[in-house]
Amino acid sequence: MSTTTTAPRRPPTAAEAELAVQARQAPVRSQGYWAGVWKRLRRDPVTIACALILLLMALAIVFAPLLAPHDPYQGSMLRRLRAIGTPGYPLGTDELGRDMLTRLLYGGRLSWFMGILPVAIAFVVGTALGVLAGYAGGKVNMAIMRVTDVFYAFPSVLLAVAISGALGAGILNAILALTLVFIPPIIRVAESVTTGVRSLDFVDAARASGAGAFTVVRVHVLGNVLGPIFVYATSLISVSMILASGLSFLGLGTRPPEPEWGLMLNTLRTAIYVQPWVAVLPGACIFVTSICFNLLSDGLRQAMDVKA
Amino acid sequence: MIRYLIRRVLYAVPIALAVGFVCFMLVQIAPGDPINAIVPADAPGEVVEQVRREYGLDRPLPVQFGIWLMKVVQGDLGRSLATGRTVWSDLSTAIGNTLMLAVAAALLGFTLGCVLGGLAGTFRGSLLDRVAVSAAVAGVSVPHYWLGMVLVVIFSVQLNWLPAMGAGPGGSSDWAWDWEHLQHLVLPAVTLSVIPMGIVTRTVRGIVAEIMNQEFVVALRGKGLTRRGVFLHVVKNAAPNALAVMGLQLGYLMGGSILVETVFSWPGTGLLLNAAIFQRDLPVLQGTILVLAMFFVALNLVVDLVQTALDPRIRRS
Repeated sequence: MSTTTTAPRRPPTAAEAELAVQARQAPVRSQGYWAGVWKRLRRDPVTIACALILLLMALAIVFAPLLAPHDPYQGSMLRRLRAIGTPGYPLGTDELGRDMLTRLLYGGRLSWFMGILPVAIAFVVGTALGVLAGYAGGKVNMAIMRVTDVFYAFPSVLLAVAISGALGAGILNAILALTLVFIPPIIRVAESVTTGVRSLDFVDAARASGAGAFTVVRVHVLGNVLGPIFVYATSLISVSMILASGLSFLGLGTRPPEPEWGLMLNTLRTAIYVQPWVAVLPGACIFVTSICFNLLSDGLRQAMDVKA
Repeated sequence: MIRYLIRRVLYAVPIALAVGFVCFMLVQIAPGDPINAIVPADAPGEVVEQVRREYGLDRPLPVQFGIWLMKVVQGDLGRSLATGRTVWSDLSTAIGNTLMLAVAAALLGFTLGCVLGGLAGTFRGSLLDRVAVSAAVAGVSVPHYWLGMVLVVIFSVQLNWLPAMGAGPGGSSDWAWDWEHLQHLVLPAVTLSVIPMGIVTRTVRGIVAEIMNQEFVVALRGKGLTRRGVFLHVVKNAAPNALAVMGLQLGYLMGGSILVETVFSWPGTGLLLNAAIFQRDLPVLQGTILVLAMFFVALNLVVDLVQTALDPRIRRS
């Protein structure tokens, strides 16, 4: 630092003047970036359609109590396994005579919650650890990345089943297991983008001008790495939805009589010989949600110009 | 190459140890006393205490890990609480069945993925490209346990063409190369193959498209090489990365078949795990996961070595 303060004042060189101009323009450019992203998104009908479908589903499950025609727990042995299109039961009834439409609306709540929450927690924890590893480098990097390698040595489904199987069935255990599955890949992505950004000139410049590590990370690094990490995290939601419902399907997540798509699919398995098309409805909901999140993530990646 | 080989194999040792440690910890994080993983819950008190001493469960955790590790290295995975048989005796048949299913699904998925991905990467922007990309997205987004149910509804319930459950006639769990066993394999294998199909299509499409954009391909075409000649060059350049992705996919199929096995009651490791979880049969749970994870570690190692042998550029970086 002492060299900069004791150096005699001199007029800025052309390169420095250019930098100063760029620095002053920076906020304008960053607005331009998001405007560009939005402009590209608007021209992408598939992404817009997926976003709309997801928005509709989100509204439907949030307002399930207002929309649902029946009680999600109240069944009747007299009207078990009615077909799709039965008057009063537009999507039929399940194996205990409960209205399918109602159960699907309420079921979305737990399925979405269990699918999205693990990715959200993993995004926060994984970004923190990954940026720390990438920025600190050296031994810290070694320690974090080698532990990450160990989790990479398990296929993801196996790891989720192993952890939630050992902990026992339950929503919280399933969420914990899935969070542990998604932290390592997010750490890897965060570490690699942070390492890339750290070696750029403006980070060196910030450090040279006396900014502390915390300030450099907060102001200069995070702004440049959060976008790519976020896009990557959104691509995990699709997998997370399938795995979360999969754990419930195995009996490791939600417990009956709670409505959840994966669990409903499991309890309706025996009904495929009676009402096959009613029995596969919950899976169709998982599929639509998962494919929309996948396509939305692809669209975001392209619009935000993030390399895969 | 020899130096790289030794370094890579040595690197796999701490990973394998750490994987073993995670599997060891599975019993520790399970609710209740780890002793329940060895003796049945209704065993008399003095037996429990004797076993606790014998297994060293009254010793500190690192010592316990050492004792456990010595047993595992000697091939002793313990005994099932539910059946009383050794874990390995049940596991060995189950692994064969899972391997059968995973290899069948892999062959199907990889073939389809390479063809679709290769064509899509070559003719980017064409109708075929769009079909391939859609198939890939659907393949990775579909909850495959649900796809399995839909296939059962169509091909078993409605058309009555194929069996819906088991690995052979009369619920036999031993594989044989006959028509009836092959019929049982079709639906589970097709169901499991959609994931590798999607991922391989995406990967191969990306790799091929990138190669086709490189100057040397233009040069090859420019000098008048036949289409077949250009194709061979592209394949040679795409192979190392594509093979690496496919190798790892085989590992994911082995470890991820639990959902499909549950849908079809396929007598593999997944069904074994499923039963172990609900009977709280911790030795079987631990042993199955350990063996599957070790298989994955070994597969990772082989994939890395093969990839490096095929493409020496990787070793330098």
